[in-house]
Amino acid sequence: MKVRITDTSLRDGSHAMSHQFTAEQVREVAGALDEAGVPVIEVTHGDGLAGSSIQYGFSRQSEMDLISAAADACDRAKIAALLIPGIGTVPRLKEAVERGVGILRIATHCTEADISQEHFEVAKEMGLETVGFLMMAHMRPSGELLEQAKLMQSYGADCVYIVDSAGAMLPDEAGEKVDVFKQNLECQVGYHAHNNLGVAIGDNLAALEAGADQIDGSLRGLGAGAGNAPTELLAAVLDKKGVETGLDVFALMDAAEYTIAPMMPFQPFPDRDSITIGYAGVYSTFLLHAKEAATRHKMDQREILVELGRRQAVAGQEDWIIDVAMELASEKQVS
Amino acid sequence: MGEENKVKVAIVGSGNIGTDLMYKLLKEPGHMELMMLAGIDPDSEGLKRARGEGVGATHEGIEKILGDEEIGIVFDATSAKAHVRHARMLREAGKVAVDLTPAARGPYVVPTANLTEHLDKDNVNLMTCGAQATVPMAHAVSQVAPLRYAEMVSTISSLSAGAGTRQNIDEFTFTTSQGLEQIGGAREGKAIIILNPADPPLIMRNTVYAVTENEEIDEGAIADSVHEVVAEVQKTVPGYQLKNGPTFDVRTTPWGERPVVMMFLEVEGAGDFLPKYSGNLDIMTASARKVGEAIARHRLGVEEEVVA
Repeated sequence: MKVRITDTSLRDGSHAMSHQFTAEQVREVAGALDEAGVPVIEVTHGDGLAGSSIQYGFSRQSEMDLISAAADACDRAKIAALLIPGIGTVPRLKEAVERGVGILRIATHCTEADISQEHFEVAKEMGLETVGFLMMAHMRPSGELLEQAKLMQSYGADCVYIVDSAGAMLPDEAGEKVDVFKQNLECQVGYHAHNNLGVAIGDNLAALEAGADQIDGSLRGLGAGAGNAPTELLAAVLDKKGVETGLDVFALMDAAEYTIAPMMPFQPFPDRDSITIGYAGVYSTFLLHAKEAATRHKMDQREILVELGRRQAVAGQEDWIIDVAMELASEKQVS
Repeated sequence: MGEENKVKVAIVGSGNIGTDLMYKLLKEPGHMELMMLAGIDPDSEGLKRARGEGVGATHEGIEKILGDEEIGIVFDATSAKAHVRHARMLREAGKVAVDLTPAARGPYVVPTANLTEHLDKDNVNLMTCGAQATVPMAHAVSQVAPLRYAEMVSTISSLSAGAGTRQNIDEFTFTTSQGLEQIGGAREGKAIIILNPADPPLIMRNTVYAVTENEEIDEGAIADSVHEVVAEVQKTVPGYQLKNGPTFDVRTTPWGERPVVMMFLEVEGAGDFLPKYSGNLDIMTASARKVGEAIARHRLGVEEEVVA
């Protein structure tokens, strides 16, 4: 069995870092990952190209400089960037390619794949490898996801990921969804996990059993919500399982311990807020924004998160957090 | 009001937007008389309804409109690609185009901000639904406090996002951010659009964040200006509502610690033809009617009525 690992410490991890990565940090992390044999390293603002904003948080340093820093630090690894149509645009994509991006991961909400056609086509024309990301995949059954995956495949996706942005899926569901994709798609299939319910490694194992070709990890699990499956842990587990990854287990453990851990403002893990995110099925990235709004309005962030789940919020709707917090606060004043 | 006090108008594009606009023009004609709805599909719902309402219906596209010398103003609700062609034809035929597509052949217009500046142009463009909803707010703030930056986030229901928006979603972000700059008055603009498939469909939501040039701001004056503009927009779009804000915060920005003004808007449609949740489409047709009416009055030399 064989699988390709993409490390997303420098993209999903950007959320946990409140987008404060510096070029120097990116150089160190990317260099360590490259040495440990990680084949793909994703580098962008957490919300993808052009994500730097009031809505999601401004990047401390331009993402283009971060991409250049990563590309400079790597001898073997390919650099990937995330693009969310509606936020990122074709001109940004072209700039990212000039800076060294070779793989473009294009993400839409799991029912809205048809807004990604232009970006896939431009990326393919530029000779990029492309990956489709169907976010918040727990919100729809596998049959509906498959229709969307087929659209991305028809636009030129080399791989389509089932993305558990909310960390809401259990291994059975992860395996079932990957299985349906594998049975019906010609392109590769990927799985992106979040550890909000403590099962990121289990989800990845189930996805692999069902035939997933690509999965994601991040050092120390540095990612939104409770983070992702730790890359060093995936390397160890997959090695024990006899899965071929090309990863150096000890080098990754060292990268986690000595390179990224000292940079981290906190260790993402399934604490009560992250568990709430997985349990309520909301976007993992809402974690820090909800904490901030809850502090400001002196309330329990879980109330905000549960209400966002009830309103069926999707990826990128951070403005609703402030809105919901203000509404809940004014309701409390009235009652 | 006699017929001599009206400008004859037509709509090209018999889809959802064109049809909704037809109902708005029939309901509140003002100084316009709707002569024709033009489409390309003889069986389209819009053309059937036009016939039912006694409006001229043609499935031969823009040709018949071009051939009718009496028609002075033409609303284009087709596509950006088609409008590039239509813009030239309409100019040659001496007709004013009110463009609801993102083609941007003429200057951008947002009724509450710059309507009177472009009454004598032969083509005006309404940008995007997001711009119609959020540029008035940026403009309201920038009238009182100069803006370094304005950012908007539109969330619209998946059902109300048509093929045009979906195939060229980049266009929305470019055009809307230009609107925030050119008309909203921000030195830099940014736009984000999100499609949400929630069931039942959610009503269009917009958030505007405005970063001021100065660290000291007059919050009261900003709030007054915002509420005034909201009331003004409501005259055209009754379902336009400030749900929360303006609220004031200080954020770390690329320009240092700066005050940020936040406004949370909801836009519910009038339900003339389109469902009420699609406030994004309604604000386009309502703004188009408003712009058409202003141009018609200007051509007729009629002063704006003062509504008591």
